[in-house]
Amino acid sequence: MMERISGAEAMMRSLEHEGVEVLFGYPGGAIIPTYDALYDHKETLNHILVRHEQGAIHAAQGYARVSGKVGCAIVTSGPGAMNTISGIADAMVDSTPMVVICGQVGAAMLGTDAFQEVDVIGVTQPISKWAFQIRRSEDIAWAVSRAFYIARSGRPGPVVLDFTKNAQTGLVDFEPQKVNFIRSYKPAPVPEDSVIEKAARLINNSVKPFVLVGQGVELGNAQEELREFLEKAQLPAARTLLGLSALPSDHPLNMGMLGMHGNLGPNMMTNQCDLLIAIGMRFDDRVTGNLNTYAKQAKIIHFDIDPSEINKNVRVNLAVVGDCKQTLPAVTRLLDKTTHQAWIDGFKPYAEKEDNKVIHPAIYPTEGPLLMGEVVRKVSEATEHKAILVTDVGQNQMFACRYFKYSQNRSIVTSGGCGTMGFGLPAAMGATFGAPDRTVCMFCGDGGLQMTIQELGTIMEQQAPVKIILLNNDYLGNVRQWQYMFYNKRYSFTPMVNPDFELIARGYRIPCRTVVERADLEGAIQEMLSTEGPFLLQCAVKAEDDVLPMIPPGSNIDEMLLEVK
Amino acid sequence: METKYTKNAGGECGDCNLCGNCGSLDCPEGKNMYTMIIYSENFAGILNQITAVFTRRQVNIESLNVCASSTPGVHKYTITCFCNEEMAMMLTKQIEKKIDVLQANYFTDDQIFILEACLLKVNTNMMLNNKDVGRIVRIHGARIVEVNPTYSIIEKKGITADILSLFHQLDKLGVVLQFVRSGRIAVTKSCIEQLDRYLEERESQR
Ligand SMILES: Cc1ncc(C[n+]2csc(CCOP(=O)(O)OP(=O)(O)O)c2C)c(N)n1
Ligand SMILES: [Mg+2]
Repeated sequence: MMERISGAEAMMRSLEHEGVEVLFGYPGGAIIPTYDALYDHKETLNHILVRHEQGAIHAAQGYARVSGKVGCAIVTSGPGAMNTISGIADAMVDSTPMVVICGQVGAAMLGTDAFQEVDVIGVTQPISKWAFQIRRSEDIAWAVSRAFYIARSGRPGPVVLDFTKNAQTGLVDFEPQKVNFIRSYKPAPVPEDSVIEKAARLINNSVKPFVLVGQGVELGNAQEELREFLEKAQLPAARTLLGLSALPSDHPLNMGMLGMHGNLGPNMMTNQCDLLIAIGMRFDDRVTGNLNTYAKQAKIIHFDIDPSEINKNVRVNLAVVGDCKQTLPAVTRLLDKTTHQAWIDGFKPYAEKEDNKVIHPAIYPTEGPLLMGEVVRKVSEATEHKAILVTDVGQNQMFACRYFKYSQNRSIVTSGGCGTMGFGLPAAMGATFGAPDRTVCMFCGDGGLQMTIQELGTIMEQQAPVKIILLNNDYLGNVRQWQYMFYNKRYSFTPMVNPDFELIARGYRIPCRTVVERADLEGAIQEMLSTEGPFLLQCAVKAEDDVLPMIPPGSNIDEMLLEVK
Repeated sequence: METKYTKNAGGECGDCNLCGNCGSLDCPEGKNMYTMIIYSENFAGILNQITAVFTRRQVNIESLNVCASSTPGVHKYTITCFCNEEMAMMLTKQIEKKIDVLQANYFTDDQIFILEACLLKVNTNMMLNNKDVGRIVRIHGARIVEVNPTYSIIEKKGITADILSLFHQLDKLGVVLQFVRSGRIAVTKSCIEQLDRYLEERESQR
């Protein structure tokens, strides 16, 4: 059934056709026709007006990460589009499905340095999964459908649609399209049976197997399949930062977190296992440390959907390239029911050591100023470990990820590959739309909060129930820690004079409270959680605290520091 | 005349990237010349995406040829570079990851038939007054395709080494006004047509 409508209207109907329910955006000259069409679709397309385009892009990321749906942002040309760049790059490296629609000057003016014209395709091509300029209204239905297909399929990622003004205003015979095949693009390769058999054989023959769980498990909705895989052969596992909620914190085979600020056992045992089984993770340098000494003693199997990840950083013995939702159960079927009790017990001394030296003092201090770790664990407990954790970047992020506990899928939203400060607040706002039934707790630092603090405006307007926990140390703490450890305590531009955050929250009519004393913490957390809508809880934490343990950058992963000299 | 690639012979300029200064075809330590053959849909902007992969990985493109392939709607890119095999593999995988790229493969010189071409514009007077010019043209199997009172044009097809040898020898005589060498074109020696296979497989999955 064809109907002649404007390109802007065709965009709205295409978005509806793709099942879009929420859009995060900000209008401007080159996207006005589309906003005009949006005015008639307010019932179906819930547009959230942000306060800065970076807010829109991170909100779309938060929405996508918790819901598994494609996040959608819409902005104007030039400066509007450029303000989304950090979020696009962030979504690319963290595999977040997203479609970003940018206004663009009319096709006739392209390349003339017209007002607010920027070569958005040129800028975004290297940092997006696909970038396409819609120059004719006729291409809208196809391009939008293709964009959503690419964003959500295979290894997800951000897609940019650069939407010229003439394409928005031009008339078109509209018919929605459904792209679900692109011949040059194989979203999920299927491995040969022999590969599955080989993987099972390697695992069955292993005495000291160790599984690395990445976000790929969550992206593939294979949490259940992972559990069955681990349980059948009793394989101990640890998660990457982004994979934290792919396996519940309290699962008996969960040995903790990998990486620079991960747990001692998993890092030490990586260099002791005889078989490393990586699933949906990409051997980031924050996980591997020095590659020359990384798991050299072990055979390595790499499950991933993206062939270009295989042998990128770490040479593997076997690659199982495909969708782990399929490949994991296929391998599980061939696994022997075994236990690896002695091997699993080997993690315990490390856990005890870390517990005594690091964890216990971090979450159960009895004197001195508040610590980030104790605040995090208290909030996690108060939410019965069921909340979604959103973090900003820095020490607050590392403490939050370490000491929060996860019991449900898709419970962690953090900027991993990019480490984008300012991510937290807007991502949390977006997450409340992606998971309206869940509690969203956002931990941030005094530095990161101020990078996108304007989104308090969006949170106020939407009454988005973000529980903001500001871990205020009056420092760019993470950098300060590095300066302390590696730069002779020369605090070059990391101390910060901060505003009165309570006053700011009040200006945005967001309820708030500041905690300084340990005795007030629990009550304040209760108040935050029982208050409907948003809340800002400021915790005055120890100014100079250090995230531990730590693998110094470039060091071997079995040289984790448990204390700072 | 055939010149063979000399590996790591250590030409005077050291890290030789076919600059031609020393006339040898030294390949940087531990590296090989690889020819990447890439097929993509005929969309705008793909060349940019392909070259960006080389740039990010700090690999110089030595030569580049782009044209329509024998399959309607499919473009073929032939790119040469010096790198090790691991890098060649990574480059082709990262290129193939681009949505509209159909296939990317890498080859060593023994796996492909290779052709390059060059044009030399020389001073006619000097050419006629120097018997060596004709001799060099003949031993290189080159052709003179234009002679006018001012300049003449010499054309040669072949492999890089022969073409550079022709150029260097003529250049020493001081007769060369302009020299241009084409990007490499190549077809595989394999009896299997990878692209056709891929397209057939994909069509069956549509
Ligand atoms: C956009 C951006 N700029 C700079 C950095 C570098 N950086 C990483 S952590 C950090 C300090 C963060 O300070 P704060 O937000 O107060 O958190 P804290 O570490 O104190 O918890 C900085 C500057 C970054 N990750 N992102
Ligand atoms: Mg701070």
